[in-house]
Amino acid sequence: MSSTIESLVNKEYQYGFVTEVDTDTIPPGLTEETVRLISKKKEEPAWLLEWRLKAFRRWQTMTEPRWPNVTYEPIDYQAHTYYSAPKSVTPLQSLDEVDPELLKTYEKLGISLTEQKRLAGVAVDAIFDSVSVGTTMKSELAKAGVIFCSFGEAVREHPELVQKYLGSVVPYSDNFFAALNSAVFSDGSFVYVPKGVTCPLELSTYFRINAANTGQFERTLIVADEGASVSYLEGCTAPKRDEHQLHAAVVEIVALDRSSVKYSTVQNWYAGDSEGKGGIYNFVTKRGKAFTDAKISWTQVETGSAITWKYPSVILQGDNSVGEFYSVAVVNGKQQADTGTKMIHIGRNTRSTIISKGISAGQGQNSYRGQVKVLPKAEGARNYTQCDSMLIGNRCGAHTFPYIEVANNSATLEHEASTSKIGEDQIFYCKARGLNTEHAISLIVAGFCKEVFKELPMEFALEAQQLLGISLEGSVG
Amino acid sequence: MLKITNLHASVGEKEILKGISLTVNAGEIHAIMGPNGSGKSTLAQVIAGHPGYEVTSGSIEYDGQDLLELEAEERAQAGVFLAFQYPIEIPGVTNAYFLRAAYNEIRKAHSEPELDPIEFLDVMEEKLKVVEMDASMMQRSVNAGFSGGEKKRNEILQMAVLAPKLAVLDETDSGLDIDALRIVAEGVNKLKRPDNATIVVTHYQRLLNYIIPDHVHVLAGGRIIKSGGKELAHELEAKGYDWLLEPVTA
Repeated sequence: MSSTIESLVNKEYQYGFVTEVDTDTIPPGLTEETVRLISKKKEEPAWLLEWRLKAFRRWQTMTEPRWPNVTYEPIDYQAHTYYSAPKSVTPLQSLDEVDPELLKTYEKLGISLTEQKRLAGVAVDAIFDSVSVGTTMKSELAKAGVIFCSFGEAVREHPELVQKYLGSVVPYSDNFFAALNSAVFSDGSFVYVPKGVTCPLELSTYFRINAANTGQFERTLIVADEGASVSYLEGCTAPKRDEHQLHAAVVEIVALDRSSVKYSTVQNWYAGDSEGKGGIYNFVTKRGKAFTDAKISWTQVETGSAITWKYPSVILQGDNSVGEFYSVAVVNGKQQADTGTKMIHIGRNTRSTIISKGISAGQGQNSYRGQVKVLPKAEGARNYTQCDSMLIGNRCGAHTFPYIEVANNSATLEHEASTSKIGEDQIFYCKARGLNTEHAISLIVAGFCKEVFKELPMEFALEAQQLLGISLEGSVG
Repeated sequence: MLKITNLHASVGEKEILKGISLTVNAGEIHAIMGPNGSGKSTLAQVIAGHPGYEVTSGSIEYDGQDLLELEAEERAQAGVFLAFQYPIEIPGVTNAYFLRAAYNEIRKAHSEPELDPIEFLDVMEEKLKVVEMDASMMQRSVNAGFSGGEKKRNEILQMAVLAPKLAVLDETDSGLDIDALRIVAEGVNKLKRPDNATIVVTHYQRLLNYIIPDHVHVLAGGRIIKSGGKELAHELEAKGYDWLLEPVTA
């Protein structure tokens, strides 16, 4: 029976194709020269090069974190390529100039960049390897005063905003991978929503790694000014390759007073084959800072990558600020995930909610790692944590590492955890009612993930549904 | 409708059913009684197609088909229903969704159009009355946090909705108080039709005060050791099982 279950959850990765395009790729290796070369290719101002160099020098003094509950062969950072761009991309005036091969790539991924087929109500920034291919719906957004563009463009067009907020939430010295990203990041997305504006569209970035042996180091910066509100979606895929590829991204969110930012991810990087060959190393730093009365909500559905190391966090800086983390992490085959969140309560009456659902199948290892920290001045802080694990089969593992530090007696913290197993009994019960095994598993998993899926925006809820091969109908009813 | 011939079934190395033969016709209610460990629940599970049991010899013919050739879900789609002794919980999946999924699978199997949630509401409303259940139960997760009585009633509700040809009730009376027992039994009686049949598996006679069987079989040691009419149940209630068992062990 368990082998049936495993074969059903082992669906073929359908985004594993490679796009043939001419690229401008720099030689492998990482030195100060590499950093200068990337900055030069991006025609960056001196302050940014300086910032990169400081990050690089800091990175050289740091060591890779060893505390995550994952194992992998040492990474040879000199063997990776740190910049690769499709030749046709530089510099584009409109999407009509985009290489048709690239447009086709995004069509195949279900992301249409062309004017007529666009998803209504969603603006997309498409990142291919190291650069942004194009951003849609710009004029509509401009009417509302919303800036949504590639990071490179933001540096050129809005340097004062970038300089003010870059590194303000995740400093370049934060951790090994954040320092590496700060030194070599090539592109990413930038969002600025002005005071009091509710962004009229869902914003979406679609990340695609194509080139071999190339790392993707994108940087996303989202700033919601006072009273603003925005919902942002991120999707990721990569071709099937035998070598591991490195993805070390940084996402920073600044939510100023009374603003609200919702950030959703459906991560479906190539996970490697069933023997653990190939797949993406997804080492990502995501953090937001919420000022007075502001709210930051992270929702993630993590199904891909050979290794996931990721803790979308919220610094609850201002009084009454709110942080949320809703996560579904699925490991299968030989995938490993060490993921969770940090909620740092600094302001008074700050509130945080953590709902984590880990699903382990095959020989996958899934770890939840979460920190809730209440600082001395966080009078009346509240946290609710719920952390559930589901096991499918006998060879996988689920682990939970909660860290709680409380320095204020008025704080209220709740932590609930459970581990369950999809049993033959549950499946037989469904079968005895006429549902086949596949339908039964979908149903059971959908029920398990219900609380997280209901947080996803509609478009992504559908993608998540397809990803897990499950019907969402039951979980939203 | 159902013809079981010389059925042997095992779990691992252990043989539990040692040659069961039983014929059930449309319109009949059969009671299968017997002491604990006699193989009653195994028989129910084997009919429903539980993968944990291996049928080593014998046959089950259902509606002219070889039942043992069918997967559990195909049996359900063909009209076989098992009311579980211990109904399983499925957290996060509403009762309404689960029931509609099951209902539609059976409709699909009969090439009938599936019902959307609104259309299904009408079906539900009528069936809820059969088991005296409140509509709010439909929005709760399948069996999760249900009391023992609620779980059993929920099984009968599923039976009412899915309208099986052959219903097997596995110890549906166990753990029920007298009111719940009455509701469950009345539900079963209301669902009785000339073209369907019911097998009631029970340890105690009391359920048979409400559901009157046409035939009573005593199962012990994996075999049917005695069959009779409804009066056999009363005799068992008065005398216990021992008087039947002695000749077997002697």
